[in-house]
Amino acid sequence: MRTMPKLLAGAAALALLAGPAAAERGSAGQVNIIYWQAPSILNPFLSGGTKDVESSSLVIEPLARYNEVGEMVPWLVDEIPTVENGGVSEDLTTITWKLSEGILWSDGTPLTAADAVFTAEYCMDPTGGCQQLAAFNDVESVEAVDDLTIKITFTKPKPFPYGPFVGAQSPIIQAAQFADCMGINAPNCTDENFGPIGTGPFVVTDFKPNDVVTFEANPNYRDPAKPAFATVLFKGGGDAASAARSVLETGEFDYAWNLQVEPEILSQMEAAGKGTVISSFGTSVERIHTNFTNPDPSLGDKRSTLEGGPHPFLADPAVTKALSLAIDREILVIAGYGAAGQVTCNVLPNPPAFNSTANDWCKTQDIEEANRLLDEAGYEMGSDGVRVSPDGDRLSVLFQTSTNSVRQGTQALLKQMWAEIGVETELRNLDASVFFGGDPASPDTFQKFYADLEMFTNSFDGTDPETYMASWKSDDIPSPANGWLGNNIPRFQSEEYDALVQEMSETAGLDARADLAKRMNDMVIQSGAIIPLIHRGGVSAHADTLTGIKMNEWDSELWNIADWGRAQ
Amino acid sequence: MLTYTLRRLAFAIPTLLVISFIIFAILDLAPSDPTGQLPLTIPPEVREKIRLSLGLGEPFHVRYFKWCVQFFVNEPLNILEQWTGWSLGDPDRPRVLSWQTRSPVVDLIVERMPQTLWVVGMSYVVGIVIAIPIGVLSAYWQYSWFDQFGTLFSMIGFSIPTFFTGLVFIVVFSVWLGWLPSIYDTTLVVNSWGSFWEQIKQMIMPTMVLGLFNAAQISRFMRASMLDNLNQDYVRTARAKGMTEQVVVLIHVLRNSMIPVVTVLALGVPQIFGGAIITEQIFRVNGLGQLLIGAIQGADIPTVQTLTFIFAVLIVLFNLVADLLYGILDPRIRYD
Repeated sequence: MRTMPKLLAGAAALALLAGPAAAERGSAGQVNIIYWQAPSILNPFLSGGTKDVESSSLVIEPLARYNEVGEMVPWLVDEIPTVENGGVSEDLTTITWKLSEGILWSDGTPLTAADAVFTAEYCMDPTGGCQQLAAFNDVESVEAVDDLTIKITFTKPKPFPYGPFVGAQSPIIQAAQFADCMGINAPNCTDENFGPIGTGPFVVTDFKPNDVVTFEANPNYRDPAKPAFATVLFKGGGDAASAARSVLETGEFDYAWNLQVEPEILSQMEAAGKGTVISSFGTSVERIHTNFTNPDPSLGDKRSTLEGGPHPFLADPAVTKALSLAIDREILVIAGYGAAGQVTCNVLPNPPAFNSTANDWCKTQDIEEANRLLDEAGYEMGSDGVRVSPDGDRLSVLFQTSTNSVRQGTQALLKQMWAEIGVETELRNLDASVFFGGDPASPDTFQKFYADLEMFTNSFDGTDPETYMASWKSDDIPSPANGWLGNNIPRFQSEEYDALVQEMSETAGLDARADLAKRMNDMVIQSGAIIPLIHRGGVSAHADTLTGIKMNEWDSELWNIADWGRAQ
Repeated sequence: MLTYTLRRLAFAIPTLLVISFIIFAILDLAPSDPTGQLPLTIPPEVREKIRLSLGLGEPFHVRYFKWCVQFFVNEPLNILEQWTGWSLGDPDRPRVLSWQTRSPVVDLIVERMPQTLWVVGMSYVVGIVIAIPIGVLSAYWQYSWFDQFGTLFSMIGFSIPTFFTGLVFIVVFSVWLGWLPSIYDTTLVVNSWGSFWEQIKQMIMPTMVLGLFNAAQISRFMRASMLDNLNQDYVRTARAKGMTEQVVVLIHVLRNSMIPVVTVLALGVPQIFGGAIITEQIFRVNGLGQLLIGAIQGADIPTVQTLTFIFAVLIVLFNLVADLLYGILDPRIRYD
C-alpha cells in the first residue's frame, strides 16, 4: 500500500492540527458555503455538473477518494486493493474492495456490499441516462461476496481498475432508498434525488433546487467527534465576483468556490483582510486545438472532415510550432488567470510523474525563431503583412472559443502576438451552451469545428490519464458518420499513437504508464494538434476563521469538510 | 361587459395555443443543449444517452403533444386533486419535469413565486408610491426646480441599468457601511419580530433597486397625463367655482389623470410575475426570474417553455384586465 504511511502521517498531523476547535461534533455552529452555480439536484448520477457532484459529496461518499495531492486514500474501506495485497487479481480483471466495519448510513442502517452492487446496477441501467457511466467502463459485473466484500469483474484486463466507486463522481447510494428509482423511474424520484441518504458527515435538511441546500451533522457519522460544524448552509447562484465579495469583503460567507474573476479584482478584495484566496492545480489545461482538416465552407458536407482533405497550412508542424512560439504565455497568465494559472507546454501537466519536459521550448516567447521557421518552410510575407503559403493560401485563421471575458481577453492578446509573425486572425466567440452543446444540427459546436483553431479547457477525473490520452485516437474523430460525437477534436491521425493507446490499456505499473503517457503527450504536442497554453487551477476563497481546509482539484473541493473547524 | 369578457376569453384560447406552439418551436430550433454545461470529462456517448433519457430522441410533434398533455391536462388535474382531496384516476400521471432538477416544473414555480411576489411586487408598490407624488407635483409646477429635479431623477432611474445600481448599493450598504446583507437568505423563516426585521433588511436593497427603476417610468406617465388634464376646461371651471387648489388638483385632475396610468400599471403586473432576472440574480433572490435565467443557461427546455407560457397567459389576462379597467374608470368607454 503505497500511500498508507503518508496517509497515517497525514492523519496524525490532522489530529494535532484539529486541536480543541473540533473536539465535539457540532460545536462550531454553522458554516456558510457559496457556489455561484447553484446545485440542481443532489444525485450526481442524474447531473454531472460540478456544483451537483460537490454539493452531494457532503452526503454520499465513494469507497476511496483522491486527496489534495492526488493520492488515492481509503474512505469507506480500510485499504486500497492492489495486486500486491491481493485485492486486484493477477490478470487485472477483478478488484475486490472490503468495506470498513461498522459504517452506518445516516438513517442508522449498516452500509453493506449490496448497496454498492445496487449503485452499479442503478448507474449501468441503459434507460436511466446515468451521467457518471464512464466510471463503469468495461465493468462486466459487480457482486457482493459477503456483507462487506465487493467484487468487480471487468470484461478485459484493467491496469487501472479504480474507476467504479472512486472519487466524487462515483459515490455509493443506499439501495433501500433508491430501490424504486431504477431506469426510467430515476427522474421521478424527486424526494430521493433531493435528499439522498448517505454515509458522509452531513445529512440534507432542506433543498431548494437551483438555490440553497441546508445540511446538519450526521448523527451516525463514523467519527464521533466530527464534523465540527453543526449545520451547513450551501447557497448557490449569482456570479463569481459577488461570491468572492461575500467571503472576502462582507464576510457573510465562509467559503466560495471557483472564483473565475480577473486576478486584479480578486487581490483588491483580498486586501480587505477578511479572507484568503487559495488555489490548487489538477489536470485542467486551457489549450488551442488545431484543425487538421479543411474547414472551408465551399466543401459543404465534407467541411472539417477527413474526406474534405487536410488543412491547407495548419497540418504543417512548422506553422503550428511557429504559432506556439509566438505566444507569450506569461502575459496570458498575468492578464487572465493570476494565481489560477501556470504556463504549460503539455496537454498532460499533472500528476507530476506524467509531466513531460520535452516541450519546454514553448515556455519563452521567441518571435524571431517563429519567423525563421516560417521563412524556412516557404511561407513568404505578403505586402499586407500576412504570409502566404507555398501553395498560395494566405495565413489567415478563424479562431473560435466560448463566450467568457477571460477567453476573449486571451483571444485578443493572441491575435496581436500572431500578427507579429504574419498570421492574420479572425476572432469569434460562441455561447458556452451552444459551443459545448452537442446539437448535431448546429454549425457552431466545438466538435464540428468549422474554424481553424479553437480554444477551451479540458481535464480528466482522478489521476489516471488512460481514457484522456485515448481521446486522440484515429477512430475517435468526430464526423457526420458518428453524429459528430468524438473526442479527437483536432482530427489527429497516427498509427503509432493508436498503438501507444492500445499499449497503455494493457500496461500496469506507474512508471511504465507514465512513460507511455508522456510519449503520447509529446506526439500530440509536436504534431501541432494541440497548442497548450495554461495549466489552470481552481481558485477558491475562505474566511480567515475557517480551519482545516485542504483544497483539492482531484476530488470534490469539499472532500474533507468533516475536518473543517472554526478558529477560536 | 360580461359578453365582451367572455368573448375575449374565448379568443384567448387559440391565441395561447399558437403562442405555446411558437415558444416550443423556437426553443427546439435553438442550438443549445442540456448537456452543454456538463464537464467535458463526461464522454460524448454518455451525453447521447443522457439526451435520450430526457426524451430528446422523439420527434418534435410527439414532444410538443406530450408537453401539451402534461401541462393542460395532468397539471390542472394534480392541482385539483391537491385542493379538493378527490382522487381523479391514476395519481402517477406524467408531469412536466425540469431537465436540470428532474422535479416537476410547477413545484419549482410554486416554491419561487412568493419571493418574486414579495420582492418584485413590493418594488412595484414602492415605485408607485414614489412616482405618483413626483408626477403630480412635477406637472403642477411645470418647469420649476422640482420638475427639473424630477426629470433628472427619472432620466437617471431610467438610463442606469439595475445591475449597476445593484452593485453600487451592495458596495455602499454591504461593503462600506455593513448595514444590509448582500445575499438574500432564502432559508429565513419569519416567525418573530427579529426575523421580520431581518426579512425587511434583506428586502430593502433589491426592492429599492427595482423600485427606483419603476418609479422613474411611472412618474413620467403620471406627469404627462396630469399635464394633459391641467389645461382642460373643466379645471378652469372648477377653479372659477372657487374650489381650493387642493381640491382641483387632487380630486378633479388626479382622478382623471389616473385613468391611463392605471391601465399602464395593470399592463405592468405580468412583469412582476416574470420576476426581475437581473436583480434577482445579483441579490440571489430565488424568484422566477432567476429560475428562468438558470433554465435558459442550462437549456432546460421544459422549464423555459412552461415559464414563458405562463407569462404569456398572464400578459393576455392582464391586457383584458386593463381594457376592463379602462371601461370601469372612464364612463365614456363602453364595450357592449
